[in-house]
Amino acid sequence: MKLLIKNGRVIDPANNIDDTCDVAIENGRIVSVGKTSEVFSADETIDAQGKIICPGLVDLQARLREPGQEHKATMESECRAAVRGGITALCIPPDTYPVIDTPAMAHLIHDRSQNVGLNTVYPLGALTTGLKGDRLSDMAALSNAGCVALSNANSPVTNTLVMRRAMQYAASFDLTVFLNAQDAWLQGNGCVHEGEISTRLGLPAIPEAAEIVGVARDLALIETTGVRAHFCQLSSARAVAMIAEAQSRGLNVTADVTAHHLHLSEHDIGLFDTQCFVLPPLRGVADRDALRRALGDGVVTAVCSDHQPHGTDAKLAPFSEAASGISGLETLLVLIWRLVDEGAITMSQAIQSLTTNPGRILGINDGTLSIGANANVCIFDPDNKWTLTESDFHSRGKNSPFIGWEFNGKVSHTIVGGRVVYANGDI
Amino acid sequence: MPNPDIQHDSNGALKHFLTIEGLSRETIYDILDVANNFFNFGQREIKKVPLLRGKTVVNLFFEDSTRTRTTFEIAAKRLSADVININVPRSSVSKGETMLDTIRTLEAMHTDMFVVRHTSSGAAHLIAQHVPEHVRIINAGDGRHSHPTQAMLDMFTIRQYKGDFTPLRVAIVGDILHSRVARSQIHALKILGAAEVRVIAPRTLLPTGIESLGVTPFTDMREGLDDIDVVIMLRLQLERMEGQLVASEQEYFSHYGLTEEKLGYAKPDAVVMHPGPMNRGLEITSSVADSDKSLILPQVTNGIAVRMAIMARIMGGSSEGAGQ
Repeated sequence: MKLLIKNGRVIDPANNIDDTCDVAIENGRIVSVGKTSEVFSADETIDAQGKIICPGLVDLQARLREPGQEHKATMESECRAAVRGGITALCIPPDTYPVIDTPAMAHLIHDRSQNVGLNTVYPLGALTTGLKGDRLSDMAALSNAGCVALSNANSPVTNTLVMRRAMQYAASFDLTVFLNAQDAWLQGNGCVHEGEISTRLGLPAIPEAAEIVGVARDLALIETTGVRAHFCQLSSARAVAMIAEAQSRGLNVTADVTAHHLHLSEHDIGLFDTQCFVLPPLRGVADRDALRRALGDGVVTAVCSDHQPHGTDAKLAPFSEAASGISGLETLLVLIWRLVDEGAITMSQAIQSLTTNPGRILGINDGTLSIGANANVCIFDPDNKWTLTESDFHSRGKNSPFIGWEFNGKVSHTIVGGRVVYANGDI
Repeated sequence: MPNPDIQHDSNGALKHFLTIEGLSRETIYDILDVANNFFNFGQREIKKVPLLRGKTVVNLFFEDSTRTRTTFEIAAKRLSADVININVPRSSVSKGETMLDTIRTLEAMHTDMFVVRHTSSGAAHLIAQHVPEHVRIINAGDGRHSHPTQAMLDMFTIRQYKGDFTPLRVAIVGDILHSRVARSQIHALKILGAAEVRVIAPRTLLPTGIESLGVTPFTDMREGLDDIDVVIMLRLQLERMEGQLVASEQEYFSHYGLTEEKLGYAKPDAVVMHPGPMNRGLEITSSVADSDKSLILPQVTNGIAVRMAIMARIMGGSSEGAGQ
């Protein structure tokens, strides 16, 4: 099978390419980027005139609800949504039911995603058994079974000694640890940022200190254990400043933020808008701006969707009783593209943060258009203006605070392993 | 994006009574004036007016309350409404019926007005967003957020005893963090133009950024009560303190309990208020609570007239008929 994508603007930050040219694909791999050799006779040709051709998106965190919460969504429903959003690979945290803390679970995820047959689904393995924070998981076995990194998801490892040993153990096998660094006690049962809005609305609050304490503790442990660590979904200015400082000292740490934390602040909660209930919470405007700067400065190198699909009822409850999270797969690209339009980051940074960089963090051969790489490609029309409505969502979760927003850019084709899995509305 | 103001209809008329925030000074004064008519009227032998005749009012309490529910019931009955009290215990919520399902079920029985109390902030707003156009919602307390009818009766009482708000310095003392009453009082006092509003509590009970509501925080009673006209004490719910927000009863009482001595820091003609129920000997001594400076019982009496005025207002009634 030979596929030729012609006449598009190819942006591949990993190879410093930004040029109008062709991408040729054969047997699931990229065979050339540039002027196509005359001997390449394509079975299928896509004319990408006026469009951008970039590596397929790599989403560092998305919950597909399978296994365990199939009433909310399934791997199939969410993978279909993902490819519509140009996402060719995504990571699922280990907090499925059952938890991904055995090789069998990792295999199950792999098999189910193969059955769906759209994009690649990478499991994160549990850092501790059952995510309970007291016993180390069989990390090496999880890694061998396909887990790309280890994480305790949103269950903080409150016992610092256990965390230190988990890091030491992961480092022994050269594994990456994903950290959702939040102090469990300070986080408590809070649901919004501690500040003006929590005070005005009388909602249980999560102080900025919850994240600062969590990041500070974990940085101290990373420094002494030498583990390769990645901080997930940071929300505060102080936390990213601490990451920057640690990086400047040569610590091997990376960080991501969610697309929604780059656009929203506590003020978007208005009068109890549960669509804005996310964890970690939306913080102040200054925090949001600091996250944007950190992305521009290269302190934060990746942006994830933190996709959490919910049925309608889950958000129809008093704020603190509602479910947290946003359905984000289908808005990931456009939200980051919007940052380019707003001048916050460059086009190349936008694409890097969604492709090359998350690929590197995971240590996978993804997120580039290098010759010989898996032919995972996203083609989108950057000039397609549209307004997001509930019916645009193909995810089971229509829960989004961005409904009604106007966006520039729409994915036209998604190619996974050389196969066109999505083309102009058809899967 | 902030939600639209669901409390007012498209013509700016008050439709639900959910929070003090966003009310105009005129609206508050109008309600207080109508309440004043009802108040005089309450002294008479026949206390009913037909303003809400044929209307069904449901007191829907997801959280226990005796005092508030009773005054709402009396208020609705004096307006000639049919009143039904429903307490929704936690157990039935945990059976799986959502709050909105409960509302829809009752609405199907042609309820005209819900008086709602709930443990979660924002509950009344959520309900107001999901009821049909003709149904009215009164917030009888939602979580830590708002208790607007309490604040209105407090304003009524302050006006009754002090008149003009603009020269007044008011101190609210105690558990500001968990208090929906304090939040509503602060909004009301700011809208009515009180000269100064202070909050006094240990830092554990002061919400972060309370200054953004336009108040001055104090941790010391002597400083905080200096030159104060109105002292509002809040109930301390010890079970919420978990031995962390407040060290002990004795320590709280000795620093923040309102004694005659501490009341002496305020102006000589200062008055004392408390939304009830009181913990005598914890946040206030009996000698203060029962003194001639205390407006605690008038607050309760005023609650009926003020709630009548609010119900009449949002049902489209006016002051006409009151006091006839």
